[in-house]
Amino acid sequence: MSVAVLELRGVTKAFGERQVLQGIDLTVAEHEAVALIGASGSGKSTLLRCVDLLEEIDDGDVLLDGEVITDPAVDAVAVRRRLGYVFQAYNLFPHMSALRNVMIGERYAHGAKKAEAEERGRALLARFGLAGREDDRPDNLSGGEQQRVAIARAFAGSPRALLLDEVTSALDPELVGEVLAAVRDLKAAGMTMVIATHEMGFAREVADQVAFLHGGRILELGPPSQVLEHPQREETRRFLGRLLEAGRI
Amino acid sequence: MTETATIAASERRLEREAAKRRRARRGAAIAALSSVIVIGGLAALILTSPGWPEVRETFFNWGEFTNAFPEVLDGFWLDVKVFLGVEAAVLVIALVLALVRISNSPGLFPLRLLTTVFVDVSRGIPTVLLVYLIGFGIPALQIVQPAPSPVLLGAIALTISYSGYVSEVYRAGIRSVHRGQHDAALAVGLTHFQAMRLVVLPQGIRRVAPPLLNDFVALQKDVALISIIGPQEAFRVAQIYQGENFNFTPLIAAALLYLAVTVPMARIVDRMGGPEGTVR
Repeated sequence: MSVAVLELRGVTKAFGERQVLQGIDLTVAEHEAVALIGASGSGKSTLLRCVDLLEEIDDGDVLLDGEVITDPAVDAVAVRRRLGYVFQAYNLFPHMSALRNVMIGERYAHGAKKAEAEERGRALLARFGLAGREDDRPDNLSGGEQQRVAIARAFAGSPRALLLDEVTSALDPELVGEVLAAVRDLKAAGMTMVIATHEMGFAREVADQVAFLHGGRILELGPPSQVLEHPQREETRRFLGRLLEAGRI
Repeated sequence: MTETATIAASERRLEREAAKRRRARRGAAIAALSSVIVIGGLAALILTSPGWPEVRETFFNWGEFTNAFPEVLDGFWLDVKVFLGVEAAVLVIALVLALVRISNSPGLFPLRLLTTVFVDVSRGIPTVLLVYLIGFGIPALQIVQPAPSPVLLGAIALTISYSGYVSEVYRAGIRSVHRGQHDAALAVGLTHFQAMRLVVLPQGIRRVAPPLLNDFVALQKDVALISIIGPQEAFRVAQIYQGENFNFTPLIAAALLYLAVTVPMARIVDRMGGPEGTVR
């Protein structure tokens, strides 16, 4: 088997006294989508932030294409240019148009010419159903549109992997579908992804593997049919049971 | 059936509109009347006061006004020049101070300490005292020969005083930008410096544009303080006139000139406040 795109080996992270990640091992192969599920506070977001070097890990290693990226000597900026990150709250730049939001990485991180970046930005917005919205500020877009701009922005740098942090959690229910469609589109295009999500139906459909996080550890890992339908651990069963009660499955 | 319903509704509507118009008319009438009473009352109080003939002669003398105005205006150009120069310097220096203070790189620790002390000291000393100390202290050191002009020394004092204030305004603006913006900028592959320049600063500075302008209204007035070390700006020129002719009208002329600059600036600040409280 070829080298994994992403590999986490014994990653730990604490915020002060609070141990958020307590030894995470995870391998994400090329074109694979891994769904991270688990209760709020189980460490899903922290795990993604650590991979994108937005947080510094305490112990262990994260490898990107077989290369350790969590070594302090590694240039974090160069690593982030090879990854894409989509935030729960979109985090679009409010003082820029949708097009400039998508172009900014190309233009300033990847050194593309303005015309090139603009052409690519327009094409990406069109791909995610946002043709005609190029000049709109984020304020003038719906939540679903904003998140699709954010996905286009993360995808613009042709990343090796996309990290999606609960990308539908801030959306009104009727807007969830359009954002999930955008992620489905990326999966079909062969994008390698780590997806923190509360949408179990979506995880079952898109993910090749599901990882259940609990108390900073991956308690269960396997294909969706196994983890979501025949969970082995009591904690997983309880978590899925709670979602079922809340009508979220 | 439906017809009577629509007629009834439109009658109600006409009634409401008529009531609204009545209210508006009454409001305008009350505003006009109260203005006449207050302003007229004040005017009457001043104009009928026992000292008014003398005050009119010494403060509002048209002949003195036209005599002094050209020279006061000349002096005022110095105010404007100093103001523009100091403002430009303050905008840049204050931004550098703010950026040093919010940075957390260990290499900048000594600089951070220095800027903190600088901001505390420059804000803590009355501007007039700072003008005095620098205006007389620097020449006494005899480091530069010949000594810098009083105008330059005054401008330096004002720059020091205002850089401290303005850097705190900048800092508040930068800190008001959500941390997620910086994260997102890093996530698209920007360096920390690019993230500040392209994402954080444009948002932070826009948010504090009204208080920044407000500080510059204050600066425009404080330029008059440099007169205590000699430069003949509008206030000083007017004062000299007053001393020679025992007439205060030139000071009124100077006051009007300051107003001619600060009032438009104040209106710009108001407009930036906007109904939504945001600036694009």
